[in-house]
Amino acid sequence: MAIKTPVSLNGVLNVPEPAAADRSAPARPETFDAVGAMPAQPAPSPKLQIRGLNVFYGTFRAVRDVDLAIPGRSVTAIIGPSGCGKSTFLRTLNRMHELVPGTRVEGSVRLDGADVYATDVDPVELRRVVGMVFQRPNPFPTMSIYDNVVAGVRLTGRRAKSELDGIVESSLRRAALWSEVKDKLKENGTSLSGGQQQRLCIARALAVDPEVILMDEPASALDPIATLRIEELIAELRETYTIVIVTHNMQQAARVSDQTAFFSMGDDRAGYLVEFGPTSRIFTNPLHQLTEDYVSGRFG
Amino acid sequence: MTAFSPSRLARRGSGSRLPDRLFRGSSRVLAWALVVSLIGLGAMLLVNGWGAFATFGPAFVIGTDWDPVKNIYGALPFIVGTLLSSAIALVIAAPIGLLTAIFLAELAPRRVAIPLTFTIELLAAIPSVVFGLWGVFVLSPFLQSTIEAWAVDTLGWIPIFAGPPFGVGLFAAGVILSIMILPTIVSIAREVIGSIPNSQREAMYALGATRWEVVTRAVLPAARSGIAGAIILGFGRALGETMAVTMVIGNAQSIPQSLFDQAQTIASQIATTFNEAQVGIQTSSLIALGLVLLVITLGLNVGARVLVGRTVTGAGGR
Repeated sequence: MAIKTPVSLNGVLNVPEPAAADRSAPARPETFDAVGAMPAQPAPSPKLQIRGLNVFYGTFRAVRDVDLAIPGRSVTAIIGPSGCGKSTFLRTLNRMHELVPGTRVEGSVRLDGADVYATDVDPVELRRVVGMVFQRPNPFPTMSIYDNVVAGVRLTGRRAKSELDGIVESSLRRAALWSEVKDKLKENGTSLSGGQQQRLCIARALAVDPEVILMDEPASALDPIATLRIEELIAELRETYTIVIVTHNMQQAARVSDQTAFFSMGDDRAGYLVEFGPTSRIFTNPLHQLTEDYVSGRFG
Repeated sequence: MTAFSPSRLARRGSGSRLPDRLFRGSSRVLAWALVVSLIGLGAMLLVNGWGAFATFGPAFVIGTDWDPVKNIYGALPFIVGTLLSSAIALVIAAPIGLLTAIFLAELAPRRVAIPLTFTIELLAAIPSVVFGLWGVFVLSPFLQSTIEAWAVDTLGWIPIFAGPPFGVGLFAAGVILSIMILPTIVSIAREVIGSIPNSQREAMYALGATRWEVVTRAVLPAARSGIAGAIILGFGRALGETMAVTMVIGNAQSIPQSLFDQAQTIASQIATTFNEAQVGIQTSSLIALGLVLLVITLGLNVGARVLVGRTVTGAGGR
């Protein structure tokens, strides 16, 4: 196994590496040359800029012509009826869709201006910057809570115990799980309740220090109280991370997100973006009839 | 719609239940017959072999002389031969089988995996005696002139590699057995690996893992008890294998002194001497030998099935 050093995507792409403290700085204009050329975007450049994205499974087009600019350090909800390509779209943002043979993407996804589909981008490194939380909690069943949290960190070869201890505590604290598990870090991850397992999975994603976190219906397998805790956690994480969340639950989208993208399915069964905007406007004053029908519960 | 009539709930005549009862009764009888015959088999071995245990006591298992002339029967050489030949088979077949299973379940595209799996499972259909013939005419001479000759020349000062290289012997038996147990290990390990939910792989990929890391850190740990079970089932198959082993192990009645020495296994000893055995203590000793083998393989199989079952239920969607 090759020993890998942690490199951010910027490093991979030979874009000037921003300073470590940069995440708290308001913007990074020097790295935004590619996106900065965009007209009519006076607001801070988007964290993720999706242009003309099409996704194919073999010959079937699952997602059609998506253009979307996802701002940094905010929560973007993706809603829409079943089968409209929400999850597929989400997975193209960290190239998880490539695990399914026969998938193909056209168009571009730019992370801080850098094309994540460029030939010199390693999807393995991309996924450290753009992490993911899944629908069902999936802690590693043979690992302790501690080992689950640092599973991703250990992939980089960093193994000093004091360093790992620190990462475990800070990740679990940020995932609002520390107080519940700090006395049983050696216990099996699957001994926790479903909601705790999902927060453990969030801690595991945070431990590798991502910038974007993709969440694919993270609370749909949880009871209402556990769901509420996940939503509170998302609200805290948006201070630090860019969060993109797919959800079937419109109330959830309304509660947690800053902006909402509504996807629908066309006649060719390809999913497409109907409307994107601030969550309050999407839910109170949608521009598109389809959106209105969906958010008012008339279909889907 | 017509009104609901309570008569629709009435039993359609008592006769309609008869096939039901017959079917349930006959399948129950047959299922229990299997269990009873296994118990009966054990009891038969115990009763008929009792003479040997009563006469020799623990010396039957730890004695090293098996001498029909003096009527002294100690089974240790065969127990050692059985365990050693199977252990050699396992050392060869376990890593090859596991890597093959990983390839088939995780790496190979379907159009390669399906025919390859089919072919490997066909290995299990080759009759034991055909393996034995191949072992006598091809494998043993080949091992004798290559691996064994080389090992004796260069490593011969280490006792276990001491010569002479007979060709036919413990090592050849182990190699033959390794090929014969490979399908068992591959097909069970492949199934166990395939039963690990995809969510486990995705979880590791999403943390920035390479394919190798996904296999070694997510898939194999989750599948480890099932893989252990697959290997133990292979071991159990090697312990009981008779025909091919008889043909290549050399049938020596003593504890082998080196890897290439001639030896004998329990199954092979029973098969080769039972026909000429005198009624009385010799026959009883051979039957007792069978009981020893049954106890070893039964224990291993039960353990292995517990392990395999634990993976399939334990690593589910949780």
